[in-house]
Amino acid sequence: MPDALSNSNPVLDWPDGGNSRVPYRAFADPAVHAAEQERIFQGPTWQLLCLADEVPNPGDYKTTFAGETPVVVTRDENGDLNAFENRCVHKGALVCLKNRGNARTLTCVYHNWVYGLKGELRSAAFQKGVKGRGGMPDDFRVENHRLRPLRTAELCGLVFATFSDQAPTLEEFIGPDIVQRLQRVLNRPLRILGYHTQNLNNNWKLYVENVKDTYHAGLLHLFFATFKLNRLASEGGVVIDPTGGNHASYSKRSTIHANAEYDESKLRASRDDYRLNDPSLLDAYDEFGDGINVQILSVFPNFILQQVENSIAVRQVLPKGIDKTELNWTVLGFADDDERTTKMRLKQANLIGPAGYISMEDGAVGAFVQRGIPGALDETSIIEMGGRDHVSQDTRTTEASVRGFWAAYRAQMGL
Amino acid sequence: MDVERQLRVQDLLARYADSLDQGRFEEWPEYFTEDCVYKIISAENHEQGLPLGVIDCDSRDMLRDRIMALREANIYEDHRYRHILSTTLIKDADDTGLRAETSYQVTRIMRDGDTMLFSTGRYLDRIVEQE
Ligand SMILES: [Fe+2]
Repeated sequence: MPDALSNSNPVLDWPDGGNSRVPYRAFADPAVHAAEQERIFQGPTWQLLCLADEVPNPGDYKTTFAGETPVVVTRDENGDLNAFENRCVHKGALVCLKNRGNARTLTCVYHNWVYGLKGELRSAAFQKGVKGRGGMPDDFRVENHRLRPLRTAELCGLVFATFSDQAPTLEEFIGPDIVQRLQRVLNRPLRILGYHTQNLNNNWKLYVENVKDTYHAGLLHLFFATFKLNRLASEGGVVIDPTGGNHASYSKRSTIHANAEYDESKLRASRDDYRLNDPSLLDAYDEFGDGINVQILSVFPNFILQQVENSIAVRQVLPKGIDKTELNWTVLGFADDDERTTKMRLKQANLIGPAGYISMEDGAVGAFVQRGIPGALDETSIIEMGGRDHVSQDTRTTEASVRGFWAAYRAQMGL
Repeated sequence: MDVERQLRVQDLLARYADSLDQGRFEEWPEYFTEDCVYKIISAENHEQGLPLGVIDCDSRDMLRDRIMALREANIYEDHRYRHILSTTLIKDADDTGLRAETSYQVTRIMRDGDTMLFSTGRYLDRIVEQE
């Protein structure tokens, strides 16, 4: 495939050590950031745009982003989903200025160019001029123009899209092992409980690394340990697809037991005897019947599905410049939840989101790295817990899925 | 206008904010009844009728747990808050209590002095008389 960039010098020199060494320049260099937009976010990857339930009726639309590119998702007159760039073909202005809505056509306010729900240009104002003067040249044809389309695909009620014709199908891209774990959670009609939007002061990859980092959970997050709800020692593991980019980590509650390594390591966590005054926060049940109480799943580059007990959410990680990231949470239940179940999910949501007992630290730690590295862009991180490869493991005390992310990243970036 | 009632409500809210701004967090749950509801919800979720809160507690003990976690478990950089409250609008007052709406802005000051508008919104309070 001809590609001007890949024939020139790589945008980043990758050090020795394969995926166990990542240069900090990857999080700080604007040239890397620009290349990512082209090669990853506009390249052959699938990205979450919204839920199908958010655009249920003909004319419904929702605006979002694929990487930093503004995108509109619509439901057209035939009930089909469409996605296209939210950029007028005339002068580049945003066409949709609302988060969501319902319309028969989409009109750019700048010069009144009108588009149909499939993104096709319907009319350009004063195309024939006014009183015989002005107007577009005779060879201007509205049919030659449309909003730049994305391919869409739906899986478990989630709408994904790609700009690329080269991308495999969505299910091939995710791989059967991870698809199965996605279907394990999103196994019936959904109900949206609400949204969180969180601004992170770090590069998007630092957040994705954190999500895939099964090593940190019991070390950074001391909520469970402090209140003797610790699960470091519980049974669990991580499943990684062959590309490395997609993963699912899991743990089982039924196998919590006292663990010598944990107690002897004198972590900050195991110091005193604190107990929750109101433990109803952790009322939970084994709703999928397999004993797995936490499953965190990711699809390269920026999709996350979370099941923490009965708290379920999808997260979309959007780069906003080299050192800013927007994290969008859509928190879910199921359409058949009774009132008690919904209440339980909402209460457990205190664990997640920007103020979540667990998630709050994940929202901060990426910025600790971003602020730690400015003097060390040619230095690298050390990612060797659990070896140097990125294969599935039956422990979570590993960084295998972090290395998997970098394997997929380097493949997409040509590094 | 019932001036005394207005002043009592504003005094209550001023003390409430002062407890947080001065770091006396253990006082904060004591402003609530045992079976209180404390919920921080985005304007977007609230207006769409979506129930998800950023924080969602339905007992004073849950508030105590929040403070205990903040003190003992959660990891964060040193910082402090400064609350600015508007004049309170009192609604639906009777012998048992009242509803009150107060706009707020909370500034967050980090350990290096970096100061940002942390949150802005309004309190929708149900305030009751208690011994
Ligand atoms: Fe984490």
